[in-house]
Amino acid sequence: MTTPAIAADTRPWTDPDAQPFISIRHITKRFGDVEAVKDISLDIYRGELFCLLGGSGCGKSTLLRMLAGFEAPSEGQILIDGQDMAHVPADKRPTNMMFQSYALFPHMSVEKNVAYGLLREGKSKAEAYASAAEMLKLVKLESFAKRKPHQLSGGQRQRVALARALIKKRKLLLLDEPLGALDKKLREETQFELIRIQETLGVTFIVVTHDQDEAMTLATRIGVMDNGVIQQVGEPREIYETPNSRYVADFIGSVNLFEGVVGPAAPDLMRVETTDLGAVSVPPVKGLTQGQTVWLALRPERITLTRNAPDGVPNAVQGLVEDVGYVGHMSAYRVRLANGRVIRVTQSNRLRDEDPISWDEHIHASWNASVVRVLTQ
Amino acid sequence: MKRRGLFLPIVATLGFVFLYAPIISLVVFSFNESRLVTVWGGFSTRWYGELLNDGQMLSAAWISLKVGMISATLATAIGTLAAFVLTRFSRFRGKLLLTGMVTAPLVMPEVITGLSLLLLFVAMETTLGWPSGRGLTTVVIAHATFCAAYVTVIAQSRLRDMDESLEEAARDLGAGPVRVFFDITLPVIAPALISGWLLAFTLSLDDLVIASFVSGPGASTLPMVIFSKVRLGVSPDVNALATIIIVIVAIAVTIAGLLLRRQSKKNP
Amino acid sequence: MSAAAPVWAMSRRGAVLALAALAVLLRMDVLPIAADAGAPLSLLVAAAALLFLAVELGDWLGISRRWLVIAVPMLWLFVFFLVPFIVLGRISLAEPMIARPPYSPLWERGPDGSFNIIASFENFQFLYEDALYRNAYLSSIRVAGISTIFALLIGYPIAYYIARSPEPRRSVLLLLVILPFWTSFLLRVYAWIGFLRRDGVINNILSWLGVIDEPLVMMQTDFAVYIGIVYTYLPFMILPLYATLVKLDDSLLEAAGDLGASPTVTFLTVTLPLSLPGIVAGSMLVFIPAIGEYVIPALLGGPDTLMIGRVLWDEFFSSRDWPVASAVAIVMLVLVVVPIMWLQAVQNREAPK
Repeated sequence: MTTPAIAADTRPWTDPDAQPFISIRHITKRFGDVEAVKDISLDIYRGELFCLLGGSGCGKSTLLRMLAGFEAPSEGQILIDGQDMAHVPADKRPTNMMFQSYALFPHMSVEKNVAYGLLREGKSKAEAYASAAEMLKLVKLESFAKRKPHQLSGGQRQRVALARALIKKRKLLLLDEPLGALDKKLREETQFELIRIQETLGVTFIVVTHDQDEAMTLATRIGVMDNGVIQQVGEPREIYETPNSRYVADFIGSVNLFEGVVGPAAPDLMRVETTDLGAVSVPPVKGLTQGQTVWLALRPERITLTRNAPDGVPNAVQGLVEDVGYVGHMSAYRVRLANGRVIRVTQSNRLRDEDPISWDEHIHASWNASVVRVLTQ
Repeated sequence: MKRRGLFLPIVATLGFVFLYAPIISLVVFSFNESRLVTVWGGFSTRWYGELLNDGQMLSAAWISLKVGMISATLATAIGTLAAFVLTRFSRFRGKLLLTGMVTAPLVMPEVITGLSLLLLFVAMETTLGWPSGRGLTTVVIAHATFCAAYVTVIAQSRLRDMDESLEEAARDLGAGPVRVFFDITLPVIAPALISGWLLAFTLSLDDLVIASFVSGPGASTLPMVIFSKVRLGVSPDVNALATIIIVIVAIAVTIAGLLLRRQSKKNP
Repeated sequence: MSAAAPVWAMSRRGAVLALAALAVLLRMDVLPIAADAGAPLSLLVAAAALLFLAVELGDWLGISRRWLVIAVPMLWLFVFFLVPFIVLGRISLAEPMIARPPYSPLWERGPDGSFNIIASFENFQFLYEDALYRNAYLSSIRVAGISTIFALLIGYPIAYYIARSPEPRRSVLLLLVILPFWTSFLLRVYAWIGFLRRDGVINNILSWLGVIDEPLVMMQTDFAVYIGIVYTYLPFMILPLYATLVKLDDSLLEAAGDLGASPTVTFLTVTLPLSLPGIVAGSMLVFIPAIGEYVIPALLGGPDTLMIGRVLWDEFFSSRDWPVASAVAIVMLVLVVVPIMWLQAVQNREAPK
């Protein structure tokens, strides 16, 4: 058996000729007067671990349920492997779903739960139970085969739900907040388990989550959703380094946002006038006109704090350290600027500093022009 | 509640005394040697003997049991379907009508239901030729109809509480809608259906008014026989029957209560 | 569902044939089942066969299964619950006749070949004019109303006590409330005869205690009917009240107390209003059926305890006047429809979905 190519390596979304595995075209879903999903179009490629990330009520679960066939779109088309899913009911779709509540059948044993999907395909009891046993071995639960779900712990139930969803060897697996009910340590372990299973089996995963750390860890690409609309789609690094809006910049990690006005055009550096930071130099961005309002996004870890004025660095401001949070591997500072604005700065404590910057100190905050991101929305 | 002090427990106790005193008196006087309620003539089980020799009572009891079982089964089937349709199908033509037809029997005065059903049966007989004459069949139909409403209430409440993602998961794994119903829905709501069946059975067993209207010659149910006896006054063999019923019910309810407690640990 | 579908279809067709055969055999009394059970059992079997047949037909015609599932309970209830009311209405417009059945046909051919419809509001006029019926309706409402109030007064504290009780006492108490409900209603009413008679238990105890000299007349009075109704319908009042009270959040009561409300004020301003849906449900479950009660007034009431259920029964069984009985029923139905709709409206507001 050849190991399927891992999408994280081949990155098919960068290839203009690549055919998407799942094509979501102008999907809208209305519940009465409310539009839960508004005209979403998205392509997902084979072998991806795609994360739909957003807060509660943003429509991500609705979108997932439309892929699974539990909701019908009000408008638009869904194609899976080239096939229009319009009149295909949930039981005939080439997808399997792992539910947030796990939805294990309480009156069936663990092995019957896992074997259920194969039994529905018409496989004999012997075959189905044999495959179920293999699957349980994969998730390390083979000794629990005859137990009932209520006799298992949360983490064990999650693994049964996963085994049940994988056994039919479908090409697409939909996961609705799969790690939500687990505690932190278990969650971290399971995250890597999930990636390992996904890469081994070559199955395309679509994961819905509200946890940005989880999305960043798991995903080959992330789709950030808000209010029924996809704000940005991209690899985790892309989303983090080059967010396309204040919403995305603020949603992933923390960020300092400054409103400003574009200055006159220049060949190598652009100037933006801000109230908080004064004039800021940024790499030139195409398509901006002088006088246009923009926002500058500056990540806390990209700012350096020094006691003395830095030389040779184009962007710097002075401020007063209001608060210091020592977290061990890093320190988080709240710095009040001249005009009263408070910004967030983090420094990693790589070297043991004998004389760290502390409360009420006057410092200089500086950064490189290249790390500032200009946002127009 | 600490603040309420003794008021509540006293009223509650009085209430339970009120509820149980007549029942206890039924039991006590079933063992009274004398026929009168006034005098305690000594402990005796003669009334139980008389009861067991009373052919009319026994055949009426047998008829009531048959009617009860068949109409309870019918009522459970109809009621469960109605409950399923009302909870799982969000919108359909006639939903309001079905809701009304399923709520009204719960409170409709029995004389109205009984009379109207009899008139229907008579009209059907004259125009369609069926049902020919009143008897078991008409009683079964009548009981199934009004008991179905009670089953619907019970089944509906269980269906609402049930985790719907269980049904979705089954569909996702390839089960068609009918499969899902028999594989997943029914087993999960089974305890509610059993209590629905039992409720329908009890209601059927206990019904006097409707049976009086729609029954026919040779199909007298137990309540009908008891009623004709007690209209004339106190009849101690009825006490004996009452005691037997009370004992059976008490045992059954206790068993059911214990089973339910075990069940609730298992099912979501 | 690849291999499963044709197997399911074949077995369904087989089931139709098998059930049809079974139904016929039952009707012919060939099978060793008690003869009179044969008819209703064959009904059950025939119904199941028809159901399978309907599924086949529906598939063949392209009707979605969904509609079949809706149709089964809908049709049954429509035919056996709704249509009877139509028949009731039609007969309330007929005249009594010495015939089988004892009412006039809807239409007849006159001697000149003309087509006449026989229908009149005579019966309703009769009801309106005769004071007996008017008084019976009013007294039924009065008796039902007073009984409901007493049931509420007795049932509320019991329900409250049970709702506030900790487990396992709560389950036991609930069981104790439900148990009488499962024993025969008729027998429990009968028990009160023994209590309320001149030589009954209550009089015996009272005269033994020396409280009275003459036995109290309690049987065949309105008083007895009140007791009978409150007694038999009490579980119907307690259970909905309990269901609402048990959902009451303790922290609401604590908050009220914290803000300075005495227990009485807390009860009146917080508990009572929040338990209103339970009060309405319980009251309607007692009031509506009590209006048309027959058994309790028949066994415990006297000749001057006028209740409309009894009037209907007598009209039907004693006078054999089906049309008037039907008219009485129609008026009762109209009386009862408004509270029923109110109950349904309250239930709808309570339902989450």
